[in-house]
Amino acid sequence: MNSTTSTVSPTETPGTAPDLLYSEAEDDLRAAVRSLLTDRADVPAALVRAEAGDPYDSGLWTALAGGIGAAGLLIPEKLGGQGASHREAAVVLEELGRYVTPAPFLTGAVAATETLLACDTDSAAVADLLESLATGGRVAVLAVPLATAPDESLPTGTGPVAGVAEAARADILLVLRDDGLYAVGTEEPGVAVEPLTPLDLTRPLATVTVDPGAGTRIAGPATAGAAVRRGLLAGAGLLASEQLGVAEWCLEETVRHTRERHQFNRPIGSFQALKHRMAQLWLQVVSARAAARNAADALATGSPDAPLAVAVAQAYAGRVAVHAAEECVQLHGGTGMTWEHPAHLYLKRAKADEIALGTPGHHKQTLARLTNLPAPR
Amino acid sequence: MTDAAGLLSRTRELLAAHPPATTDRTDFLRARFDAGLAWVHYPAGLGGVGAPRSLQAVVDAELAAAGAPGNDPRRIGIGLGMAAPTILRYGTDEQKRRFLRPLWVGEEVWCQLFSEPGAGSDLAALATRAVRADDGDWIVDGQKVWTSSAHLARWAILIARTDPDLPKHLGITYFLCDMTDPGVEVRPLRQITGEAEFNEVFLTGVRIPDAHRLGAIGEGWKVARTTLMNERVSIGGARLPREGGMIGPAARTWRERPELRTHDLHQRLLTLWVEAEVARLTGERLRQRLVAGEPGPEGAGMKLAFARLNQEISGLEVELLGDEGLLYSDWTLRRPELVDFTGRDAGFRYLRSKGNSIEGGTSEVLLNIVAERVLGLPVEPRNDKDVAWKDLSR
Repeated sequence: MNSTTSTVSPTETPGTAPDLLYSEAEDDLRAAVRSLLTDRADVPAALVRAEAGDPYDSGLWTALAGGIGAAGLLIPEKLGGQGASHREAAVVLEELGRYVTPAPFLTGAVAATETLLACDTDSAAVADLLESLATGGRVAVLAVPLATAPDESLPTGTGPVAGVAEAARADILLVLRDDGLYAVGTEEPGVAVEPLTPLDLTRPLATVTVDPGAGTRIAGPATAGAAVRRGLLAGAGLLASEQLGVAEWCLEETVRHTRERHQFNRPIGSFQALKHRMAQLWLQVVSARAAARNAADALATGSPDAPLAVAVAQAYAGRVAVHAAEECVQLHGGTGMTWEHPAHLYLKRAKADEIALGTPGHHKQTLARLTNLPAPR
Repeated sequence: MTDAAGLLSRTRELLAAHPPATTDRTDFLRARFDAGLAWVHYPAGLGGVGAPRSLQAVVDAELAAAGAPGNDPRRIGIGLGMAAPTILRYGTDEQKRRFLRPLWVGEEVWCQLFSEPGAGSDLAALATRAVRADDGDWIVDGQKVWTSSAHLARWAILIARTDPDLPKHLGITYFLCDMTDPGVEVRPLRQITGEAEFNEVFLTGVRIPDAHRLGAIGEGWKVARTTLMNERVSIGGARLPREGGMIGPAARTWRERPELRTHDLHQRLLTLWVEAEVARLTGERLRQRLVAGEPGPEGAGMKLAFARLNQEISGLEVELLGDEGLLYSDWTLRRPELVDFTGRDAGFRYLRSKGNSIEGGTSEVLLNIVAERVLGLPVEPRNDKDVAWKDLSR
């Protein structure tokens, strides 16, 4: 059928469309991060470290956090940060995802930092903390399970909290209690961080127990819950960019492999059965990019659309990253099943990321509420 | 003159000289074409002023605000989207002068005589013959199919085989065919919707003057690729608001008819809602890249995405309607003037959308294009490239 129609579409008000492109400054930042990670991020070495219980490369974090200034991207310049936005942080996460880099950027420089920025930054306690985070000298993480969605109920009180991401790497835990938000040093007495065995070897988890008396209160009960939710919303929105990076690497590596691997006297990438799978995946990856950029832009501009943009990105990008990693393992054949090939690290990160900060199913329920598409009674 | 301010003053001059309230619609559109405000990126004298394409919006907004009549881009979609860019690129000066103005104004509707019963996805296998007569004219015999607007069209873009002894891509020539000529017979082709939106076109001894050949003899495939590239650009290029596509009616039905809701349908609806929103954003990102002068490869995928979404959403909608989904509006044979994807009822949308993954390149062919041209995957071995067309199996 050789018909074409250009559908007549209602026009949007100019100026309200999100900016879904990358700015020149963002391209420069990407180039700097990629150059650093190409030189320094050693995936096999990270795997060896992970097996020993500590996947982090402190020199790499110092270079990324301090040298490039990634740790303070979201922090205003007057508090020692870069005064950049979620759009730039998203670009860093794309690159970290491409290398499944073990670094407390999403948990520390995004979720915990955003939480603190939602507190009273005029108070000396909050400002001092942010200044120490901006250089990457100290790292703070939220003492909530990694699986917590931005609109879920939050753990308060003093019981142990399981599944806290990157607590072992953190200097500060942000602990939500009934009477407010507390900053607790991991070295303080009364604080226990017990490592768990994570599915994702590149993002360690721990059970955190904090005695009731420990720490300094940095926000009262009126702001604490909302601040943590804002941190989780930024984390969830920008997680889509990490997922995009994971998916991109998996697709590129799979295309490269299937062009080189010969079976039946030709490259396996010339078989239509494989080409169509990779083409479908490519379409999902470019779609995930649009969704991730939309979420990052909505967060950066403080758009009232942000909760919806984040839920859309999280309902979509997590599945894409998992699909990409699963295709990567399958299309690498037996090689994809080996411990030596990095595909498994991407699969583990993708699957863990799908659960992190709310599953796609959870974010769809959020959308049902935001779009007035209610479940049956 | 080709910046926004220049176009704006040119538009105001047009409106002053031809007040929309008192000017005949066709006269106004002709004047607009002659003022270079039809498609501003076209050359002067051919409906444009050689301005950046993105500035068309400035002109359109000013004209819309003044209540000026528009041409009906849906009715002349094939002419605008496919014939015009091909004529602009390959036509002689005489052809450009003759054809572009009535095409844009809508006085002459165009159709596309490409596909044949034996040449769909393998378009270059086409068998319609054009044989040179002693006087230099071409005599065309063959059958075309899936031709929308053929019953309305005055002109057609046509590809025909002029040398069967060459490999299939090399022996093809591109023509502009007068649909009113003797030997052109258009028959409605009824489809699964009950409508006859498309036609079969039988060409029997049709005489086409050599002056209506577009491009060199034997270069028809190269010319046709320009047409096909423009076809895919025009599909899925529209800017949509949230819920602007086929998800809109399905979401409205969900909101208005709580008694129809089930948990299974809820999960599927939310999944499709997310995918529709993401496809909309991907289209918007593609549009922003075009405006920024960096066309992205996303366009190759947009048609794939919309075809699958339209089919899944309309299928869900029929199921949601339950008892009503068992009914259909009307099976009467009609010959509509416009292609209608989203109108009428859910059953119609469900059936019509089956064509979305076939028309303008099947989804399977588009996946090959993405795999080979975007991802750089190797082509499958093929055995038809160096064989004379007449020796191919069929």
